[in-house]
Amino acid sequence: MSNATLEKGINSFVKMIDAPIASFFSSCVSCGMCADACLFYQETGDVKYTPIAKLEPLRRAWEQEYTLFGRLKKLLGLSKKITNEELKQHTELVYNSCTMCARCSMVCPVGNDIAYMIRKMREGMAAGGFAPAGLIGASNRAVEIGSPMGLTLHALSAQIKHAEKATGITINLDKSDVEYMVLLSSMELINFPEYLEAIAKIFKQAGKTWTISSTAFEATNSGIQIGSSDIARILVKRIVDSAEKLKVKTVISPECGHAFTAIRYEGPNLIGRKYNFEVKHILEVLDSFNEAGLLPTEGLEKEKLTFHDPCSLARKGGVIDEPRRLLKKVSDNFTEMTDHGARNWCCGGGGGASAIEEGEPLRLKAFKTKQKQIEETEATTLVTACANCRIVLEEGVEHYNMDMPIVGLTELLAEHLVDKPKQKLKKEAKQ
Amino acid sequence: MQKLNATLMDELNRRGISRRSFLQYCVVLASTMGLSPVMANQLPEKLLNTKRQSVIWLSFQECTGCAEAITRADKLTLENLIFNFISLDYQHTLMAASGSAAEEAKHNAIEKNKGKYILIVDGSIPIKDGGVYSTVAGETNLDILKRDAKDAMAIVSLGSCAAFGGLPQAQPNPTGAVSVDEIIKDKPIINIPGCPPIPNIITGVLAHVLTFGIPTLDQYKRPVAFYGSSVHDNCYRRPFYDKGMFATNFDDEAARSGWCLYKLGCKGPMTHNACAVEKWNGGVSFPIQSGHGCIGCSEKDFWDSGGFYESMASPVVSAETISMAAVAGVGVGVAATALNKIKKAKSLKNSEPVTIKDLKQEEA
Amino acid sequence: MDDYMSLLLLSKGLLFEIALVIFIFGVLLRLFEIFSLGRKKDLSEPKANPTIIGIKTIFTRSIPSYEMMTKRGFLIVNGIIFHVGLFIVVFLLAPHITVIDRLIDLSWSPLSSQIINFATVVTIFSMIVILVHRFTHPVMKALTTSGDYVAWIVTFLPIISGYMAYNHLLLPYNLILALHILSVDLLLIVLPFSKLSHSFTFFMARYYSGTISGRKGVQL
Repeated sequence: MSNATLEKGINSFVKMIDAPIASFFSSCVSCGMCADACLFYQETGDVKYTPIAKLEPLRRAWEQEYTLFGRLKKLLGLSKKITNEELKQHTELVYNSCTMCARCSMVCPVGNDIAYMIRKMREGMAAGGFAPAGLIGASNRAVEIGSPMGLTLHALSAQIKHAEKATGITINLDKSDVEYMVLLSSMELINFPEYLEAIAKIFKQAGKTWTISSTAFEATNSGIQIGSSDIARILVKRIVDSAEKLKVKTVISPECGHAFTAIRYEGPNLIGRKYNFEVKHILEVLDSFNEAGLLPTEGLEKEKLTFHDPCSLARKGGVIDEPRRLLKKVSDNFTEMTDHGARNWCCGGGGGASAIEEGEPLRLKAFKTKQKQIEETEATTLVTACANCRIVLEEGVEHYNMDMPIVGLTELLAEHLVDKPKQKLKKEAKQ
Repeated sequence: MQKLNATLMDELNRRGISRRSFLQYCVVLASTMGLSPVMANQLPEKLLNTKRQSVIWLSFQECTGCAEAITRADKLTLENLIFNFISLDYQHTLMAASGSAAEEAKHNAIEKNKGKYILIVDGSIPIKDGGVYSTVAGETNLDILKRDAKDAMAIVSLGSCAAFGGLPQAQPNPTGAVSVDEIIKDKPIINIPGCPPIPNIITGVLAHVLTFGIPTLDQYKRPVAFYGSSVHDNCYRRPFYDKGMFATNFDDEAARSGWCLYKLGCKGPMTHNACAVEKWNGGVSFPIQSGHGCIGCSEKDFWDSGGFYESMASPVVSAETISMAAVAGVGVGVAATALNKIKKAKSLKNSEPVTIKDLKQEEA
Repeated sequence: MDDYMSLLLLSKGLLFEIALVIFIFGVLLRLFEIFSLGRKKDLSEPKANPTIIGIKTIFTRSIPSYEMMTKRGFLIVNGIIFHVGLFIVVFLLAPHITVIDRLIDLSWSPLSSQIINFATVVTIFSMIVILVHRFTHPVMKALTTSGDYVAWIVTFLPIISGYMAYNHLLLPYNLILALHILSVDLLLIVLPFSKLSHSFTFFMARYYSGTISGRKGVQL
């Protein structure tokens, strides 16, 4: 067994630095606008949370290793070394107080993608042994048990049975040659079992075949959050292997932001090839059902709704119009927050932050921005499409006594689903 | 023959010049000299009572253009009056005497006016190889200057050669030509640069010396009254410069319409002289008015200050230099690329896969 | 010997040549340093054309968002004024165009000197404002390093000396023009290796950033 060392961490920095990062560091003019986009700086006013400042060790690694003057300074012993002490201090900055929400990347006037750099910096932090305990634990469970929350196949089977009983629909495990392979997040399974029922109902109504893999039901990826491509690869590989073994056409990411980006955008790069199947977020699938007339709903929500865009879904995933089209099917009383879609504010728990216990007070403090945005809408129900956001939002809502139910969009749609025979649906679609 | 102790008033009377036209001249002179109202009022009186001033004019490495400029008036003018009024005791181009007689005349004048004569110098002084490159009567310019300057009241360095070294000093300066003030350090020196200088300035400065003494000089020992502003400042084409309207060819419509000649190499902005105000040939025109940019002839080192047709801020860089830099940049860039690639490859080689067992440092 | 003309000749001659060589060399070196680090081909299925959004982002990122205008509007407006002013002063003054024409055989119509003069005053003012802002804004103060001040100084010197040269202030024209060109020489030498490198790397940064979000069909 080999331990993490500072050298491994620095080596990883050097390995991760690419042309985009070099161009980003070359372009920074220290204007500090990234701080104003960051929920952690916004609510604390503490300059140490300035996004670009969190990257200082990575910046020095770039300067010392990849620039002429940096090399000269290093040769003459004039450069400031990256130390254990410094990186230990950066754990809080790179993990606890950064959700990789990429709001900073969005506002940087020279176009620096700071979230991209944080993701790369975490590679070195993880390799150097500077990752927070919460994420190390999650990664361990994800690799060894199959789920970051330690959820086993046994627990899944119980949930499936429960859902089958509630809906009267049979849910098949490991059925090959079906159209869709549905992934779940353990958070969802434990906290929001209604999701599984909603999926079963909607897919039955749409007449689509689907399955869940017993070897790869977990969609979340702790490797991405902790910043270890090696661990992330193992987790993605499981899904890819199962999907290709079952010969499914499409793999569906559940209502979980980072799981979607992990499989959809990072996955192929982790395993080094393109997939033989498509990856879609559940909202993208539902939207396509809706477009094909396969998602008949009735009735409208009585409550005034607003929608929290999960960062990984909207700004970092490109799923922005789909939830709105779906929401308008079941509500005529839907209000947007001031900053929504690609400009949304993070719930405060993304990028693995919610798994870091000691980060909770800061997280709750940072939630205030979201709180304000929600309260301004005067909505009575908050809809979202990410189990992690949902839990963090629930914590925040509770902490600030907001008294507001939070629901997943998929479940909301399932509640309004009309049970119509397929023939009739097809006829309607033709008209 | 003029009487040696005659005043200017006597001279005026002799020539039949009316007091009215003299006063008019004084007004013009006072304004060109930049005199204060008080001094301007005193000027006619002072001038009229001025005694004939002994002047010794030494010509060294020069082209006689300076002397031509002041003597070649097509008609007798009041400006020339001043020049005619002074007692020019030695000027080897103009004087009637020649040979040893001429040298003797100079010697006598110096002896008679010790500490009172004005020494005018045109031309630079070669000092290389003991000054052998220019001699008069077997004596080097250097020796002549040193000796004749000793008892002078003041020295007027006439023209850019005497004032700044001028053309003879242009690179590679084969004769080691220098200006007067590089040799004489202990006498008041007035520089009247120009190639040649404007005649009005010469008479104006002489008038000032005769009446009020040495005029106010700038750091180049030039009379501020004449050299205080640039040709550009007073140029009639200046409004076009300010509007960004430039001629790009000597015969284009813009040039004919009086647009600014900056792009054609006009050195007006850096040239301090009164050309645009005083003009030449009795106020007829000056170079810029006749369609050619100022070449900056009254400035130090004007001959070596880049091409006459290159705009003044233009860098002197060859295409070879630029391509050389590009080649060097690409070369070092390729080397840096190699170094960076090696470094990155090394980091890849050094990195071991991170497993869940490797996420913590060993407890110390 | 007070030989301003020699200084002027030196500044626009040998020193300018050296500065230009270092500038070209430096920019190329920096570009090589950046590009040599490469970028892995992205294998994920793009939701939109990353290249197109990347190119678009180079331009769209110049437009500030409403949110940032409400938070840092002062800095943004001042920054825009500074950059526009600097552009006008550097590229639209006739003597500067002549220099560029001389170097790369390209020219365009200049603006009138009065407008340039006004733009210079505005630019100088905006630079002083940004300096004060740097001293006082908590985030900027914390981020600012000596490199930021170096960048400020080498940018400020040519502007102030150019203004003095044009208006014949304080010093003889030859001297102030020489100082102006000397400060430009300094700027050329420092630019590629300082924070001012953003002047040629920001295109890349914006492009890369645009391709990253563009792949996901998002134009930020």
